[in-house]
Amino acid sequence: MAGTRQYPDEPSGPFPSPPTTVEDRDGRSIEVRTAESFTGETLDDVVGMYTAFDPTDRAQGIPPTGEERIRTWLETIGDDSVNVVARHDGDAIAHAMLVPDTDDPAAVEHASDIEWELAIFVLQAYQRAGIGTVLLKNLLGHAIDVGIERVWLTVERWNNPAIALYERVGFESTGTESFEQEMAIRLESDDNGVTDGG
Amino acid sequence: MNVLLGLGGSDESVKTLRRTLDRTREVGDELTIVVVEKPESKRSQEEMYRQAVDALEEAGITDVEVEKLDGDPGSALVNYAEQGDYDQLVIGGGTLSPMGKIQLGPITEFVLLNAPTTVKLVR
Repeated sequence: MAGTRQYPDEPSGPFPSPPTTVEDRDGRSIEVRTAESFTGETLDDVVGMYTAFDPTDRAQGIPPTGEERIRTWLETIGDDSVNVVARHDGDAIAHAMLVPDTDDPAAVEHASDIEWELAIFVLQAYQRAGIGTVLLKNLLGHAIDVGIERVWLTVERWNNPAIALYERVGFESTGTESFEQEMAIRLESDDNGVTDGG
Repeated sequence: MNVLLGLGGSDESVKTLRRTLDRTREVGDELTIVVVEKPESKRSQEEMYRQAVDALEEAGITDVEVEKLDGDPGSALVNYAEQGDYDQLVIGGGTLSPMGKIQLGPITEFVLLNAPTTVKLVR
């Protein structure tokens, strides 16, 4: 699997980095932040969001249903993943993440050497309000800040709105045709010294 | 039941083999195993063939034909299923991405859309 994917030659970027607060199309104030450690209260909030998630919008088996299975899923991917959470009135309403495609925890230290799988979920009441686009761009901006260069995802082939969203930010379709469409983006490398927190 | 098991050379195929042999032993299905040609797999066709034969022996299951199929895996499997009198075609049920997303490859899709028999995906 790893190392076999095709990536666009041209890097994409720059993208905005969190934290940021935006007004969505329905006039709601949405705050986007990174989750530095995906534990404790942040994890609880995101578990709460997925517990409220309409299962008709599940894709390829995720998110799982039921609080316990949701928590186990998030804890399993939580250790080395990169997470950005959108909130409204303090409640988590959207979550985007990058999960390293490696079994070797040490490899995660060299973010640019490995490939990262992306997924994004927006709670139903907050869909079609521009939040997904903002969250996706901020996740990619944060990814550049931490040195990630290669990001891929799979999306159900018939999910045209999602495919269009990914294409808008620079993802290109790759891989063979099957039920899922694989897409990939190459991010510009972070040569602006943003990683030092400046 | 007359079962046809299709194997590639992935870990998914190894799991599917083990599960199918367990089931065969429990319920006494008739079983035929075919190993397709998938050059990009972890195990070669010959290795997977040997593994299937060894697993059958270990499980004490006899009277199972194990065959190698050449050519495009999806169409070879479906053709084979069509030639015989099978009730069910069993294949691997997809892999999990690092995120936990279920991924079904192009062979699975071809089999699901073309097989005349019931298809079982083993998870």
